[in-house]
Amino acid sequence: MGDRHPLFKPLVFVGGLIFGFGLGFSHMARPEVVVNFLLFEDLGLPFVMFGAAIVSGIAFALLPRIRDAAPLTGDPYERRLKPFDRNVLIGGAVFGVGWGLSGICPGAAYASLGVGNVTILWALGGMFVGAYAQGYWRSRSEARDAAPAGAD
Amino acid sequence: MVADPVLLQAVADLFPNGISRYAVGGLLVGLGTVVIYVGTGIPAGASTFLESTLSYVSDQSRFQRYVGSRDWRLVFTAGIVLGALAFAATVQSGVVTTSLYEPGTTGQLYEVAGVTLWTTDVQPWRLFFGGILVGIGTRIGKGCTSGHGVCGVGSASKTSLVGVATFLTVAIGTAQVVAALGVSP
Repeated sequence: MGDRHPLFKPLVFVGGLIFGFGLGFSHMARPEVVVNFLLFEDLGLPFVMFGAAIVSGIAFALLPRIRDAAPLTGDPYERRLKPFDRNVLIGGAVFGVGWGLSGICPGAAYASLGVGNVTILWALGGMFVGAYAQGYWRSRSEARDAAPAGAD
Repeated sequence: MVADPVLLQAVADLFPNGISRYAVGGLLVGLGTVVIYVGTGIPAGASTFLESTLSYVSDQSRFQRYVGSRDWRLVFTAGIVLGALAFAATVQSGVVTTSLYEPGTTGQLYEVAGVTLWTTDVQPWRLFFGGILVGIGTRIGKGCTSGHGVCGVGSASKTSLVGVATFLTVAIGTAQVVAALGVSP
């Protein structure tokens, strides 16, 4: 980790800049616009997520055929595949309630701060509280589950 | 081409702000993801930042697993904030104009040092309590709108497609109930 390529963080920063500019331009950084979509008053919002998914999908499909490994990390190009379990449904539902109530998701919240939305600090504070609560609880239950397994 | 004015009006009603700002914004979000992926092989999501940043201040094992990525995730998030600020200083401020951008009427605009900034009218309690649930749900559900929605859907991951269908459906139901209860904005 320590001997990463010197351009690793600058490249991540540039990618973040483009990502954040896009979230601002799309108005997904505005909770009102997300809520208006969820109320079917403005159906434009899916063009943001699916537009981005199409662009990244092209890269995810092509790059593994062009190169074996990423130049700055040496890591192989892989798709983002995560195992399915009921946490995907439970977490997705909890996230859905939060997104529907607040109109903001994590990436859009960071961008919202950038466009001047100081009020979004309430949402960011809430996200850290929520992330801490689940992490605290899961760290403890993992330790509890690991203890009897270690005794076997 | 025969254009039915009734049909055209119906479509215009569904997209009162057009689609170009959404599509262009989405292409840029995708481009930012691709830039990082091409160089590093990492399909970056936004919500892991919440836990990786907590690893600086908490010893919980759940957060410590992200110690290796916490520095670049901080850089990624700083980039998102500053990229959005660059949008505010250019397009939102009217310094750069394009017919692809529809400014809309939501929230409040204000000016600081010649830069047009924007703030929400959505009530703080909605943001805070909604934020708590977003923090819990994205981390238990293995991703958010960028991790599942952009990178996972882009990967044609069944897990992510199910995740997106779940949070989208529940979010629509929640927003409809909240609006029906008379909460606005």
